[in-house]
Formats: sequence, structure tokens, C-alpha cells
Amino acid sequence: MYIELKHINKAFGDFKASDDVSFGIEKGRLVGLLGPSGSGKTTILRIIAGLEHQDSGDVFINGKLVNDINASQRGIGFVFQNYALFPYMTVYDNIAYGLKVQKKSRELIKERVRELLKLVELPKLEKRYPEQLSGGQKQRIAFARALAPNPQLLLLDEPFAAIDAKVRQELRTWLKDMITQIGITSIFVTHDQDEAIEITDQIIVTNRGRVEQVGTPMDIYRNPHTPFVARFIGNSTILSEYGRLKGFDADLSKPYGVVRPEYVKVSKYGVIQKYQNALEEGIVKKVTFRGGYTELTVDMNGIELKAIHSLNDEIVSLGEKVNVLIYQIYVFDDTQAYQLINKNLNDSSLYYI
Amino acid sequence: MSKFNNSGYVRKESIWKKIIQKGLLTWLILLVLWFIASLYYTDDFLPSPLTTLKGAISIVTNGTLKEDVAISLLRVAKGWSLGVAVAVMLGLVVGQFKIFGWILEPFLSFFRFVPAIGLLTLFLMWFGVGEKSKVVLIFYATIFPVMVNTIAGVRAVDTSLVQAAESMGASGIRIFFTVVVPSSIPNIFTGIRLGLSGAIISIVAAEMLASQSGLGYLIYTSRMYYRTDWIFTGILTLGLLGFLADRLLQFLGGRYLKHFGVKI
Repeated sequence: MYIELKHINKAFGDFKASDDVSFGIEKGRLVGLLGPSGSGKTTILRIIAGLEHQDSGDVFINGKLVNDINASQRGIGFVFQNYALFPYMTVYDNIAYGLKVQKKSRELIKERVRELLKLVELPKLEKRYPEQLSGGQKQRIAFARALAPNPQLLLLDEPFAAIDAKVRQELRTWLKDMITQIGITSIFVTHDQDEAIEITDQIIVTNRGRVEQVGTPMDIYRNPHTPFVARFIGNSTILSEYGRLKGFDADLSKPYGVVRPEYVKVSKYGVIQKYQNALEEGIVKKVTFRGGYTELTVDMNGIELKAIHSLNDEIVSLGEKVNVLIYQIYVFDDTQAYQLINKNLNDSSLYYI
Repeated sequence: MSKFNNSGYVRKESIWKKIIQKGLLTWLILLVLWFIASLYYTDDFLPSPLTTLKGAISIVTNGTLKEDVAISLLRVAKGWSLGVAVAVMLGLVVGQFKIFGWILEPFLSFFRFVPAIGLLTLFLMWFGVGEKSKVVLIFYATIFPVMVNTIAGVRAVDTSLVQAAESMGASGIRIFFTVVVPSSIPNIFTGIRLGLSGAIISIVAAEMLASQSGLGYLIYTSRMYYRTDWIFTGILTLGLLGFLADRLLQFLGGRYLKHFGVKI
């Protein structure tokens, strides 16, 4: 393991920001720390960087215990949410900062800054001041500045939070390509699951200062281990009486269930003949057109859930009576989540949409 | 002209709006009111604008005004620049290092409220009636606003900038000079401007009480000759000098410190 956290605890007054956090990260990975705000993800990042100090526990970087090593000596690049560019320095001087600290020669600094500006695709901006840049440009410069001293680890604290949606999408892809190209181990904090799922190799889900689950994006998405992850990931609807649904037996030890819209199929009433004992009736409560698909909210005798309706499917409208087929749900007790497949759907060819 | 903009509409800045914006109208109104008021009183009590102008011309041509202005300005320049230099350095240190803050702040928060003029007698006893006591007085008047603002500036430094520097390996001293000091410049600049007005106020008061020269002396002694027009001239000169000095500072700040966030 390249980065290893062992039993990290950190409290701010009564608030436990890190509660026995342990995990490891392999070299060269792009890892996402994902969780709602206040879940302790930024604290973990800052503890790794040395900008915050844990109350107890150990941090190892490349096998070396760094508890007592200052932020300035850890060899880490840090990209801040608000960019934290020096407003009184030009782009050139901002990027050169870490190199000047390392007492590199003028020529070398010049060469490296040029190289980085080229890398971030902003070669002509060296004389500009940060206030003359757009949000996306600022973040690219902040990225270049963090990379300039050749850090072994790159930490990014919600790097796209302050950037508008369109540019954010672009920057995400760009960042992933960039990090893959350089091959630097990176940890990236976000509260946006799409962002984490899209660009990381591995996700660490945090909640209330604890690590809930560690896994690949696919793994996290398809096999949530804890009630929190089951609810947090995906566009989930919580079901309190899932035993009332056809094909699902209530398990008293696992009182709650969640269902994701992609596991729910809505069709015109009476069209589907098969799976009669799995087919539910419902009323369309809400129709939201999302561009590539339509999101439906259907009411099934008091149980409301969301479903994805493909543009190829026959159009259903508000108030219409429809058939609903639920392929699978997640049920959970206090600590663990389980996948539950509709037992009345024996034909395994009809899976997912 | 673009062919898409052929409506013929051009936004006009009215000349009246400009006059009001620049404060010219205010001055015009004051001048008229002054003139009207002066009609009801003798020149000894309230000289008319015209009488004042005549008086001004007389002390300008015989060189009295120029001399007094030069002396006052020199005193301000000496005390103020010394005060700025010392206060900025102290302020940076006090703001940055808690220990100095603990030691110096009680002193600071007490003497801030003792105006320079309150200490004039003491300064006269300690430093004599000559130039030294005046420079010390200006120095005293300058250091508090500059120091208080500098300290505030240091304490308001964006911690993420400090941490960015830290994560790039910068030492404490480097962070101080490359992050803390430049980030504090807008506040320091505000302190310097406030210090200047404090300095001018104090020097005039000091010259009135204990001096044989300077603008304050001119204003004060004119009373004995019933030259109210000279008093008015002195007051107007004072206001004008302060205004010009501040404008000059703003101009320099806007020109050379723009990237540090100095806004004018």
C-alpha cells in the first residue's frame, strides 16, 4: 500500500470528524473520497497532507510514518476548492512558487513552468494575474502549481465545486486524462457521486467520520454493503414496507429497503402478459423529462418510487394507470445491506433495462 | 460602426451628472451660502469669499503661506514616514506572532485612545519646544492607525494561501514574506491613509499651542490681528493639502499596488 491510514481519530470539540478511519491506497490510483458534507472526507484529506493533525492513529506514505512530518516536508501537491492562487502573483510566479522553494535554477524554473502551462493547455497566460482568469482556468493553474515541484501524491479538495456545470464536466474528463497520463497517485474529495463514479478507480465512501465502504465505482454502485451506501449511491427511493411488493418477502430483521429507478420498469397497463405474479399496478404521479430519458414517479397502493422510462418505450402520461415491474431492491439491517432479487422473475434473460 | 448597431442610440453622460458626481456642485452651493451669510456680518467676524481671496493673495505673494505650508508638510513627512515604517514592522510582528501580541496589545489598546494632543505637554517637556517634539507627536499619531490596521491585515490572511505555500514546502519565514506580507498590503495601505489624516490633525493642533511657524501657527496668530480672512485661508489650505495628499496616496496605491488588492 502506498498510502495507509490506521485508526485515525480526529475531533473538533464534540464533533467527531474522523472516527477510527483506516484504509489503504495503492500507488498510481485515482481515488475518490465520497460522502455528504460534514462526513469527514476533507478532514481525512487534510490529515494526509499534514494540514490537520489527527488526535490518534498513524499515517504512512510510501511505507514511512509521517505523523511528525510537517506539511511542507511531505512532498504532496494540494489543490484547493477555492484554488488558493496567490492573487498578487502572475500565473508564472504562482506555478514557479514551489520550484523557488526548492531553490531550482532560473532556467530550470522557466522550462518547468512552460512545460506545465503546456500540459494544462494554457500556454499564453503566464503574465496574467489570477483575477484575469476564469474559474476553469484558475483551477488548471492551481493544478499546474501543485504539480510543479513533482509531488509523489496529489490531493484535490472538491476541485470543481466552484465551477459551473458545463465547464465542470469538461474539466472532470480532462483531469482524469491528465492524472492517468502523469501516473501520479491522487486522492480526490467530492460530494458528487457522479463525479466520483465517473473519474476514479476506487471510491472510499465516508459518513459521519467513518469509512462506510471501499471499492471500485462499479462495486460500490452494484453492491452497497451498508445501509448508508445503499441509500446514498444512485437515485434511491427508500421503501419501508417492501414486503407488500410482489415477489419480495419481508424479512423482519431487515426492515428497510431501497430501490433504484433503473431496476424499475414501467409499461402501459395490460401490455405485458408474462410475470403476472410479479407485475404491480400503479398510477403515474410525476413525469420529469431528463433529456436522454424520462423519470417517472409511480404510486403503487401507497408506495411511491421512481423509475427510468426509456424514450423508446411507449409514452405514459400523468395520472395514467400502469404496470410496474421491480427487478431487485436492496434491503438492510442496522449494519449491512443485501441485494434482493424479485423471486417471481424466473426468466433471467429479463434483467436490467 | 457595426452594422448591427444603427439605431443611433448613444448613451450620453450628462454634464450635470458629472458636476454633481465630482462634488463641484456641493462646493458651489457652499460658496454661495458663505457669500450670503457674509453679507450679514462684518469681515472681522465672517469675511466674504472675496475678502478671503484677497487675504489669501496677500499671504501668498509675501511668501508667508508658502513657508508655513512647507514647514508643516516637512514635519508631517518626517513624523509620518517614520511612524509608518515602525508601525508596519511592529504590526506585522504583532499580528504574526501571538507572543508579541500578548505583550504589546494591552499597551496598544490603551494608548490608541489617548490622542496625540493629550501628550503634547509631556512631549514638550521631554523633547523641547523645537522640531523634535513635533516629529515625535506626528510619529505617535501615525503609529496607532497603521499598526492596528496592519495587525488586522495579518490576521485576516486567507489560511488557504498559507496552506498552499506550506504544501509546496515553504518555510515559515518564506510564507511570512511571500504570503502574509503581500496579503496584508490592502489593510496596511488603509492604515497609512488614516495615519496621514491623523498626522495632519495633530500637527496643526501642536503648532497652535507650541510653535512659531506652520499652518496651525498661522491660523492661531491671525486671530490677534483680526485677520479672519487669513484664518479662513489657513483652514482652506489645510483641507486642500489633506485632500491632495490623500489623492496622491490613492493614485500611487491604485497604480502600484493594484495586484495586491488595493482598491481606490
